[in-house]
Amino acid sequence: MSKIMILFVVLLLAACSNSPLKEQAAAPVVEGGKTVGKLPPPKMVEVAPVIPSPSPSSLQPVQLEPVKSTAVVSVNPLTDPANILSKRAVFFDYDSNLIKEEYRPLVTAHGQYVISNAKAKMIIQGNTDERGSREYNLALGQRRADAVKQMMTVLGADASRIESVSFGEEKPRNEGTTEEAFSQNRRSDIVYQGE
Amino acid sequence: MNKLGQKRAFLYPSLFTKTLLLCLLLISTGRALAAMTIDIVGSGANQIPIAILNFRDESSLQESMSAVIRADLARSGLFKMVNTADAKPQHEPEQVDFAFWRSRFTDAVVIGGTTALPNGRFEVHFRLMDASRQTQLAGMSYSATRSQLRVTAHKIADVIYAKLIGEPGAFATRIAYVVHRQDKRFELHVADSDGFSPQTILSSKEPIISPVWSPDGLRLAYVSFEQRKPVVYVQSIVTGSRQAVANFFGSNSAPAWSPDGKRLAVVLSKDGGSQINVISVDGGGNPQRLASSSSIDTEPNFSPDGNSIIFTSDRGGSPQVYRIQVSGGQPQRLTFQGSYNVSPRHSPDGKSFTFIQRNGSRFNVAVQDFATAQVQVLTEGGVDESPSYAPNGRMILYASQVRGRGILAAVSSDGRVKQRFIEDAGDVREPAWGPIVNQ
Repeated sequence: MSKIMILFVVLLLAACSNSPLKEQAAAPVVEGGKTVGKLPPPKMVEVAPVIPSPSPSSLQPVQLEPVKSTAVVSVNPLTDPANILSKRAVFFDYDSNLIKEEYRPLVTAHGQYVISNAKAKMIIQGNTDERGSREYNLALGQRRADAVKQMMTVLGADASRIESVSFGEEKPRNEGTTEEAFSQNRRSDIVYQGE
Repeated sequence: MNKLGQKRAFLYPSLFTKTLLLCLLLISTGRALAAMTIDIVGSGANQIPIAILNFRDESSLQESMSAVIRADLARSGLFKMVNTADAKPQHEPEQVDFAFWRSRFTDAVVIGGTTALPNGRFEVHFRLMDASRQTQLAGMSYSATRSQLRVTAHKIADVIYAKLIGEPGAFATRIAYVVHRQDKRFELHVADSDGFSPQTILSSKEPIISPVWSPDGLRLAYVSFEQRKPVVYVQSIVTGSRQAVANFFGSNSAPAWSPDGKRLAVVLSKDGGSQINVISVDGGGNPQRLASSSSIDTEPNFSPDGNSIIFTSDRGGSPQVYRIQVSGGQPQRLTFQGSYNVSPRHSPDGKSFTFIQRNGSRFNVAVQDFATAQVQVLTEGGVDESPSYAPNGRMILYASQVRGRGILAAVSSDGRVKQRFIEDAGDVREPAWGPIVNQ
């Protein structure tokens, strides 16, 4: 088959984009260099524009009515900036895994969420600053994650749905080496499965 | 120590210190993927003066055998390279001008040659000659493929080292380390002990830490965060196949091989806290908990006889090194000096261990003798981590920092000789020195 011949026909058909499909049946079949069909004369078809271009005078601004919804718009509490559940980071002091007073409402809210949402699965990721051994820091980060988990399980949250893991010093939020940077890296992050 | 049967012609001052900068890229033409510069500071008490002549026909090879051997021996700090540039070519024993070498206070002379074989391989031979007695101390011949030429040169350096120093060399060994690239990816590399011929065996956008060599030198265990949590993998460096061997609920980290290569000590948090467990390398069976505490137990390391494990624990209030029998019992505290002693690793002879000690705001490599409990701090840098012994116990490889960038460094176990490996590729960390493997 001469591919060039077929290509030519296809291009021809493409040129008249509104040609009915059946026209393809009339396309010649080429075998061994011998023409066994006859190429019909190209047929030009006038194609109407898909979108009529409006005349400038037809552009009239229309005042849209505000949408009145009867349904309550559902907002995911985990991502709603107004909800405490959107806050996910618990920061720690140097060499400490004590949950400071200011983070207790946050940890409590997430614990209650796990209790009241039977399908919710949470991962708590502990982190440390970069000073010292990587493996020892991994263990210190684990302790920070475990501290958050423990506060939730004391509230009654299901321990099997809360996995506490550690990133140690490996995933710093702030890569600087100042005390300010270190303090941002001493933390536990709360993440839900699927996020 | 010196095995040469002669009176030392020239003694070097015992605290003679020098800096020798070898840009090895000049030596190895295009084989190294990354520019690795080795900076050597300090020297052994008694350096052996040795002349290593260019090998016959080595200029046609990609690798100059004599240059690799010279660089290896110089890096150890135990040898003084005698200038050979103005000497006439000497490849066979009868060509060696012993009077000339003695006039340069040379103890040992190395000659050799290479021959391209019809089958594409290369015959490489060398002779180590005693310059004073005019006798041969060692002589070997090797058949190598083109890609084995560098390791052949390392093996020759090992034979020379063993003959003159009296203990095994560790030049023909490999190291593993992690590179945090400028594009933020993490790569696990395996390279020759001099940092050349690096190969990437794992690349990930998530961190990789704690690589450790299997005793047979064919596999690496490491921790990868690719599953958004630490999981322990074992990977063959031959086939590249790998398996998650510890992937329990919570964190899995700090793998350590048993000397028989059948078990791994790992740290698991599945039972709460970070606790040492022993698992089988094939991942089957239940983990056996080694010790039970409400404190952190991590960084286990088996003794060479496999009977005990040293590890880091904060059970006494601060992180310190402890030892426990694998059969059970109460852990015994080993370190008492300072408030932060971590990352312990046994010396290959089992008589001492290296670890990281914090002194003020500095983290340094230290060695402690098991019998006397005497501690020697070997480095004075700021942020040293992850010490790992060479398999002959002579050097300790560790991670350090220069201007905030991670580099590899090594220090002799007596603290006299220091090397820094500086790579262009990015932040280098987590080194592990592999075993001596008979290939």
